[in-house]
Amino acid sequence: MADPELVRFTLDNGLRVVLAPDTTAPVVGVSVHYDVGFRSEPEGRTGFAHLFEHLMFQGSESLEKLAHFRYVQSSGGSFNGSTHPDYTDYFEVLPAAALERALFLEADRMRAPKLTQENLANQIDVVKEEIRLNVLNRPYGGFPWILLPPVLYSTFPNAHNGYGGFEDLEQATLDDCAAFFDTYYSPANAVLTVAGDFTVEEARELIEKHFGDVPHRPAPQRPSFAEPAPEGELRGEHVDPHAPLPAVGVGYRMPDPINDLDGYLANLVLAGVLTDGDGSRLQQRLVHREPLVVDIGAGAGLFGPFEARDPDTFTITAIHPHEVSTDQVLAALDEELEKLAATPPEDQELKKVTARWAASLHSEHDKLVSRTLALGSFELLYGDASLVYRLAEKMSAVTAEAVSAAAKALRPDSRAVLVVRPGSADSEQADSEQEGSEQ
Amino acid sequence: MSAPHRTAEEIGRTAAGPRPVPSLGTQRAAADLSHVDTTLSNGLRVLAVRKPTVPLVELRVWIPFAGEDKLHPATAEVLAETLLTGTARRDRIEIDADLALIGGDLASGVDPERLVVTGTSLADGLPTMLDVLADALTGASYADAEVERERERLIERIAVSRTQPRTIAREALQKHRYGDHPAVREVPQAEDVAVVTPEQVRALHRASVLPRGSVLVIVGDIDPETVIGDLEKAFGGWASDRSAVRLPPLPDLVGGNVLLVPRAGAVQSQIRLSAQTVSRTDPRYPALQLANLVYGGYFSSRLVENIREDKGYTYSAHSGFEFTDKTAVVNVDADTATDATAAALMETRYELARLGLVPPTAEEVESVRQYAIGSLVTAASSQGGLAAQLSALAATGLGVEWLAGHPERLAAVTAEDVANAALEFFAPKRFTGVVVGDADVLAPKLTALGDVTVGEPA
Repeated sequence: MADPELVRFTLDNGLRVVLAPDTTAPVVGVSVHYDVGFRSEPEGRTGFAHLFEHLMFQGSESLEKLAHFRYVQSSGGSFNGSTHPDYTDYFEVLPAAALERALFLEADRMRAPKLTQENLANQIDVVKEEIRLNVLNRPYGGFPWILLPPVLYSTFPNAHNGYGGFEDLEQATLDDCAAFFDTYYSPANAVLTVAGDFTVEEARELIEKHFGDVPHRPAPQRPSFAEPAPEGELRGEHVDPHAPLPAVGVGYRMPDPINDLDGYLANLVLAGVLTDGDGSRLQQRLVHREPLVVDIGAGAGLFGPFEARDPDTFTITAIHPHEVSTDQVLAALDEELEKLAATPPEDQELKKVTARWAASLHSEHDKLVSRTLALGSFELLYGDASLVYRLAEKMSAVTAEAVSAAAKALRPDSRAVLVVRPGSADSEQADSEQEGSEQ
Repeated sequence: MSAPHRTAEEIGRTAAGPRPVPSLGTQRAAADLSHVDTTLSNGLRVLAVRKPTVPLVELRVWIPFAGEDKLHPATAEVLAETLLTGTARRDRIEIDADLALIGGDLASGVDPERLVVTGTSLADGLPTMLDVLADALTGASYADAEVERERERLIERIAVSRTQPRTIAREALQKHRYGDHPAVREVPQAEDVAVVTPEQVRALHRASVLPRGSVLVIVGDIDPETVIGDLEKAFGGWASDRSAVRLPPLPDLVGGNVLLVPRAGAVQSQIRLSAQTVSRTDPRYPALQLANLVYGGYFSSRLVENIREDKGYTYSAHSGFEFTDKTAVVNVDADTATDATAAALMETRYELARLGLVPPTAEEVESVRQYAIGSLVTAASSQGGLAAQLSALAATGLGVEWLAGHPERLAAVTAEDVANAALEFFAPKRFTGVVVGDADVLAPKLTALGDVTVGEPA
């Protein structure tokens, strides 16, 4: 698609701003992405980034507890936030008349959130309920996103559970909150995105007015989370008291999403060739022809693509009947990867995947909230929001040889295999998915 | 986290002090939708809307699909899983390839009320999508091998589904409130699925996949006038004198005891309450909609502020309407830790009573009014959102006019209207429901609370 208008600038305090005007509907999307996710949590504080995300909704200097929600919703808008491996986002979508109000709300909590003991205790309870809902009380809770990383990765930032263990959450202190905010929540460590029905001049003026005097603090040095790929096949097992059928999750290391984008995109196309649609290779073979599995999926990232910096994970997950063994599934998978490594896929196979990608990117773009968030996260992770508009084209340019090379790199002697076994176990403490204060 | 930092208290204030919240600017109205609402010669109602925000089309086909037969739910489920797995002209893989090359997807799903086919594709691929869809609607072959394989997968998926707390709670609620009405049979029994034959599926298709009484909604980068002709051509072969089969009317709910349904070892309980209301065409509906929002229909509601933000009993509490044909009920849902369940149910009932007795203030009413109007505008701003809205409306005979006129109806609601709706529809005695959870732990407190009995739904 032709690039729509995109305006980018940086305030004196370091806040990066992306403006994407679009007057087709009288609504606006506003988001703030902070450059901190659960990979940056200190040891002993698993789940802290997500817990802190909840706290950011609990009031600020000009806004009592509950006021943030009430102002957004009584303006006709909706809001949410979510915590990812490398960033945390906050966002609202509202009628265009509420643009200034939304900017004010985001600026107020960036400037001076009210972090209180009472709100911390209340949100620890709420987050524990969220974890019970999404992980502990349902089949395949936390599969694969919580369960696979500790098998594939060996360092705390990459391996630990981003929902957090209950005992870690319960030990979070107000001082932890203050340190976390001062370290990571500075304007210089954030991106503000505004998309929808406004003029650039008007938005610029309002942003300067509300965010201009948020004091500058230097952005923290971002550590490298690099670690070597596994040498050999690492295996792990998880007993799930709610699961009726076994499941397997396979994790591989993949190219650096930021510095080797072409290699990363080749992996995305490969994932489509493997499991997207009835005609895809693993669906055809494992679901329909031999049938070994009930369902199978492959993808980049534990929550989807473009969500993390290096290291990122290529995942394949399958639920299968009791009488099928993990090794049967793996053997078929390895055989299909070998075929692709030896013989690049047909042009038509690639076209099927890239046309569906093009349509799904259009569809995401059509939803104002998704568009706003995509622009913000690409600005943050890639330093270039406009990449969002070039993704479909870049996907279409991936060659059959590149997909073949990507398949070749998914080696059985450098991967993690997590087996989920139905059964009863002592109830475990797990943590969980990335959605924040849901509505 | 030991880097030098301010205290929480220092972080929460600035020299300038609190600032006033900006007022709202002026809001322009959304553009009128260019649309056509007509019926094709085969009796299929078509709602076509131009929305060229992106070069895509969104399509929804809604076919009333009820059945009284014991095997109907299982047969319908197998049909939905195999509708798009082959015709005389295309096998399963060719269907997938034709759709993929236009960036397209077709999916079908079924419940006791209707069969739905959802489609999306790049706009210039619309002729292909319509051809594939018409091919399936008129000539799905339900090959033996496909039916047998999907039957197996369905049995495995049903096993997974029946371990989901939300599915368990939904089944318990349906049985408790509607007994053996066909509407309760949402997830088929595995043993029924196991005996469904390809011929039974073909017979159900012939008998029930019918255009008359069904609705097709198409939204996107299209010309509504032209698309009607395209549809007339594409679906020319899909015809029958009979009409699609509607679900028999649901009985009106009456209030009653909450049933505590045991789920051993659960760490969290599902609270599910339900009461009869009126549907979208009733003059009281706009006020009722606002009353529901104040109660539990959005985050800033009394229920969420009480049991989540004040007490931390739950992550998710919500109340919302469930529309079936011309009727509607309001459902209240909350998932809460075992220890907090009885207290959460008490607060949930308390808020029901309080809504009528301490009616929503002018400020509460204004807030939900703006939220309701704003949500309509936001949802309608994307092709998919608009298609979903219209498909839900069209199923009960409404259309673009209802959607366009609704903001005005919401604007006209008075605080008194909301108070009346709250008193009339949210009285605790009007509700029935279930709590699913660890009954050994829950029973003493819940039965002490009153109007709770323990057992499996009849």
